[in-house]
Amino acid sequence: MTQPLIEARGLCVRLGAQEVLHDVSLKVDPGEIVTILGPNGSGKSTLLRALLGILRPEHGGITRKPGLAVGYVPQKLHIDRTLPLTARRFLSLPHRHGKAETEAMLARVGVPEVADRPMTGLSGGQFQRVLLARALLTRPELLMLDEPTQGLDQPGEAAFYRLIDEVRRDTGAAVLMVSHDLHVVMSASDRVICLNGHVCCEGTPRVVSNAPEYRALFGLGTQGALALYQHVHDHDHTHGHDHEHSHGHDHGHGPSHAEHDHA
Amino acid sequence: MLDDFLIRAALAGLGLALATGPLGSFVVWRRMAYFGDATAHASILGVALALASDLPVGLGTLAVALAMAVTVAGLAARGWALDTTLGVLAHSALAFGLVAVSFVPEARTDLSAYLFGDILAVSRADLGFIWGGAALVLALLYWRWNAMLTATLSEDLAAASGLNPDRERLVLVLALAVTVAVALKVVGALLIAAMLVIPAAAARGLVRSPEAMAALAALIGAAAVVGGLRLSLSLDTPAGPSIVTVAACIFVLAASLGQMRKQ
Repeated sequence: MTQPLIEARGLCVRLGAQEVLHDVSLKVDPGEIVTILGPNGSGKSTLLRALLGILRPEHGGITRKPGLAVGYVPQKLHIDRTLPLTARRFLSLPHRHGKAETEAMLARVGVPEVADRPMTGLSGGQFQRVLLARALLTRPELLMLDEPTQGLDQPGEAAFYRLIDEVRRDTGAAVLMVSHDLHVVMSASDRVICLNGHVCCEGTPRVVSNAPEYRALFGLGTQGALALYQHVHDHDHTHGHDHEHSHGHDHGHGPSHAEHDHA
Repeated sequence: MLDDFLIRAALAGLGLALATGPLGSFVVWRRMAYFGDATAHASILGVALALASDLPVGLGTLAVALAMAVTVAGLAARGWALDTTLGVLAHSALAFGLVAVSFVPEARTDLSAYLFGDILAVSRADLGFIWGGAALVLALLYWRWNAMLTATLSEDLAAASGLNPDRERLVLVLALAVTVAVALKVVGALLIAAMLVIPAAAARGLVRSPEAMAALAALIGAAAVVGGLRLSLSLDTPAGPSIVTVAACIFVLAASLGQMRKQ
């Protein structure tokens, strides 16, 4: 049995007076893509930040594989305009990387042209790719992504998740990401953890989408949406993880629940 | 050569400019201009305490500036609204300092020397204090540069990279306290913040990297010192304010130059 990369047991995290996470346990094994799914305010980002060691949990413990290299892509990063910073220089914070290495990584994530451009002048998509490049430069065994496609349009989002899937294939890195996008979860994850202050349900996307806790959390009807998501999921497999295609497909139906009701 | 009071004044100012350039860049990036004010105003209280207890003035200002810096950093870490806290602390410290000084007869006479600086009266011992302090600040900044820059960019990114953002902030406020103690003799308590902010702000529009901004800010500060001393000599104006006046003129020039380059 392989050792998990990171494991949390009975995690309780308090922010101010409020207990944001209660008795959360999870683990991530090498090479798998795990998505934490939950509505706004459900503690998704808090959980990620606790796992990263940014927040100290009130109770519970986190075990990391010794020497675990983690790459982190934050939800959003505001760079003050007073700070002059090119993409290349940003990639060397805090650990320096050579010119050849940073340029190869920018090319890898598809933005070779931004090396000498200031970070504050990049588009949303370019900015997120530079953030990913910085995370990848640490040669991570575990990538932690906090809603990495916020502010991207639909094609940009699809392309970004395709890139992450490629990265996983190339490097074998496990991915732990936070999302509220049901579709992404269903198509691109090995395992889903439904969070609302505590772990509501957990399992493969198919299992979770059938779970009553999940359906209650996202206000889905008892039937209907299930058929669509399973359809999309099957669709993915027959087309060999062609995410853009499945995204396009889903886009047509939209995440709108009205559509699901008569499906 | 050191017998000439003008040479000593210029050397004192240059030592200060070397430290305030890089340090002031951090002050600008972190939007903590008011922090310099608070620490500087508190140093007047240090002057009074030192004179009352027969300790060296440098030591008194350093101790009070350090205490102020650590207090403010501690309150900031606990999430206090920084501008209000600084406003309360800065002006209270100045008021307490001015009241305390009035009880010390020998300080009353040369209070203006501490408020506005007395760079033309810099002694050899002062020069050693100033250059020693500047060297200490530069060494601290050099040692922690990448870590402090990462923490300035994002405390989450820094923590996820295994750095402790609270420690980096503490290093920065300690460096600020040392600089304030050193600068008291040169530009005085009321104008220290100007030497921190104006050269860095002037450099911002002309550079593309944090390191270039720090270096150019030091250069602009040095030019302001030399220019201000000349101005003071030829027009018989007070030296400290003359230095800041020249720095302000350089800022206006640099800002217009930056605008022209942008268009």
